Amino acid sequence: MNKLNFLQPDKNNLNTYLYTGVVLVALSIFIVFLNSFFNKDIISFLPGSISFFLPLILGFIGLHLIRIDYSGLKFLDSINKNINTNNFNAFLSLLIIFVVIKSLPPLLSWFILDANIAGDSKDVCTGSGACWTYIKIWFNRFMYGMYPNAEQWRINLSFIALAFLGTIGFFATEKFKKYLTLYYVVVYPVIAFFFIFFFISGGPIFFDFSYGIIAAVISVIIGFFIPSKFKMYYFIIVPITLYILLKYVFFYEELIELGKLEALEWVETGAWGGLSLTFIVSFFCLIFCFPIGLFLSLGRRSDFPIIKYFSIGMIEFWRGVPLITVLFMSSVMFPMFLPEDMFIDKLVRVIIAISLFEAAYVAEVIRGGLQALPRGQYDAAKSLGMGYWKMHILVILPQALKLVIPGIANTFLALVKDTPLIFVVGLLEIVGMLNLAKTNPEWLGFAMEGYVFASVLFFIICYAMSKYSYNLEQKYKTER
Amino acid sequence: MENRGITFGYGFLSQESSFDVQFSLIEFDGSHSYFRAYLVGLLNTILVSVIGIIFATVIGVVVGIARLSNNYLINRTAAVYVEFFRNIPLLLQIFFWYFAALRALPLPQDTEPMFGVFFLTIKGFFVPAFVWNNLDIFIYSIIAAIISIIFIKIYARKKQENEGIQTPVLSISIGLLIILPLLSFLFGGVDASVEVPVIKQLSQSGFTYEGGIKLPPELISLALALSLYTATFIAECVRAGVQGVSKGQKEAAASIGLTPNQVLKLVVMPQALRIIIPPTTNQYLNLTKNSSLAAAIAYPDLVLVFAGTALMQTGRAIEIVSITMLTYLSLSISISIFMNWYNKKIAIKEK
Repeated sequence: MNKLNFLQPDKNNLNTYLYTGVVLVALSIFIVFLNSFFNKDIISFLPGSISFFLPLILGFIGLHLIRIDYSGLKFLDSINKNINTNNFNAFLSLLIIFVVIKSLPPLLSWFILDANIAGDSKDVCTGSGACWTYIKIWFNRFMYGMYPNAEQWRINLSFIALAFLGTIGFFATEKFKKYLTLYYVVVYPVIAFFFIFFFISGGPIFFDFSYGIIAAVISVIIGFFIPSKFKMYYFIIVPITLYILLKYVFFYEELIELGKLEALEWVETGAWGGLSLTFIVSFFCLIFCFPIGLFLSLGRRSDFPIIKYFSIGMIEFWRGVPLITVLFMSSVMFPMFLPEDMFIDKLVRVIIAISLFEAAYVAEVIRGGLQALPRGQYDAAKSLGMGYWKMHILVILPQALKLVIPGIANTFLALVKDTPLIFVVGLLEIVGMLNLAKTNPEWLGFAMEGYVFASVLFFIICYAMSKYSYNLEQKYKTER
Repeated sequence: MENRGITFGYGFLSQESSFDVQFSLIEFDGSHSYFRAYLVGLLNTILVSVIGIIFATVIGVVVGIARLSNNYLINRTAAVYVEFFRNIPLLLQIFFWYFAALRALPLPQDTEPMFGVFFLTIKGFFVPAFVWNNLDIFIYSIIAAIISIIFIKIYARKKQENEGIQTPVLSISIGLLIILPLLSFLFGGVDASVEVPVIKQLSQSGFTYEGGIKLPPELISLALALSLYTATFIAECVRAGVQGVSKGQKEAAASIGLTPNQVLKLVVMPQALRIIIPPTTNQYLNLTKNSSLAAAIAYPDLVLVFAGTALMQTGRAIEIVSITMLTYLSLSISISIFMNWYNKKIAIKEK
């Protein structure tokens, strides 16, 4: 007994130390547990500050006593190794355990026990917990915005069809695998666009054009198919001439209304909203920002000074300004620079603005990948006689893009998280709808429920995206 | 543009603005010019960015280190925090703090003071203010202390390079920073007293606090959301930086007899900082740009005051949006130039 050392467990009294330690730790957790779950303070006979700190002190001593290098007991060893390596760690671990135990009952009662979900009016929400009835009543608005209730099947149908078409890649047989890239990059976006253009909107909403603009656009598309010798001159001369001729010489002034389906009721973009609008905006911005960013990043490494400085200017400009001012610009300034006979819907303007903005970030990410490739890859490709495009498409880009999957995924995540900002131009996706619902005089005072609901939704979407990108990264990882 | 009847010019900047701003660092009312309104917005933007950057750095570094801890609980807690806060849109977080969390605070008359002098109410956070006499002498003394510390550092480095003797720079600098301002109190006639906010009745049921400094709830929620959101990204940068230093470096340092503290200070941190600083700078830039979301909760920052109110009043969209964009552009370009310079300074000097 004379060598009993309270600071360090010794070999002879090991069991005594262990039992005392376990009892002390269990006691401290038990005290906090009783206090928080059953509101019973069994140590209230002690003076205030001591009874507050007693569980912490007891647990701390207990953890100190059971800290043994190797005990042979699996559970004890894993505790010692993971949460009890030294005094400081033991203290922090105890603190975290106590905070979790303390905060569980109020959270549980707010979310589940005292919450209401039954009924369909504000009167049922009498408890102290959350009022999920509010979410239930407003659910359609949060999902579809001001879209008419009778027409919501159109959004559902379009999304289900698009989701189905999007999964085709997983079922494609080996024979069709090589067309998949073409399908996802060109065909699928076009199909998606037609769905939204004809089906969700069902009316002449996106663009109003005069014949002059249509002719100019068609002539540009035709231009890609003519011999490269004349291409430059063709692009400079023909579209502009056509536009001027049709507008000022032949006087075709009346506007064409595109995208009209007779059977469906037209729903203007101002009425779209909620989570479906979040999806629509993110989907198209994702599709557009990637190719633009790719070209900007290639342009930044180009040898032509004009292309190079144009790309640098674009990238640095969009990266330097906040998105909110870009959206301001698209809503206030942009219409002033358009010809009078052209009208572009605000949803389209927003999509263009966000795409250009995020494209600059994508460009910088891809540039990182391009710079990481050794020069030898370029030289090898050139020595095989490949031209610029062949070299990039077959050799450089596949390797560079593989390297920057995490960065691109982060940019895409940022894009999805930036979509709520479209409230600036008056489009209300889910966060905007929440703010609208919150100010409804019938339903005042439920801001918390709404924001928690939206946070959970966004968390699920973004977390799933980041996990998917992680899988993608693992799948394409090659040893270098 | 001409056929829409729009004229172009920056002359409106000197016109009388005739609107009021709720919260401004410099004096402002309706009789001041639009240019002064621009300054008010700019200063408010800078204020919230600086507060956000400070808190985001502190939280980010702590969480980043906690993420590296071998304590399972600490590690998991930090991971949950990072995953949770960075997957929720910033705008949603700002709304949450402003419309949900801070609205649950008590009214001014029901507030229990924290430590007797801080009042956290629904109308804002009231903190005591210092009332200074001869503040300039106090500031001069601090500047003098900083300058002498720089000289001592240069001298110490020279001495170490020439003679190999280390000077205790840290303790000397802390001593200087305390003693010189203290001397200014004793001999320079500097005097500081604390002005505690006092409750004041405005009407039958309206109360507010007078005296001290009032931090409006918009500022608090914006700074809170910005720093909690950006801290998650900074935490990841810190983690990547510390993990990026190879184990061999630490072992080599230990094998030549450096103490653990010296290993951290002289070997690990300089190398980790090299990895941490560039992405962290990007996060600072993002934070500054994200502070423009203030417009959503009516914190009078550059976007709200200038691109909002002033634009509505004058209708000069092109001029005002271009000035706003140029301001942000020059802010971010100047920060990135400074950081490039700093980065170049600490980069590995390859022969």
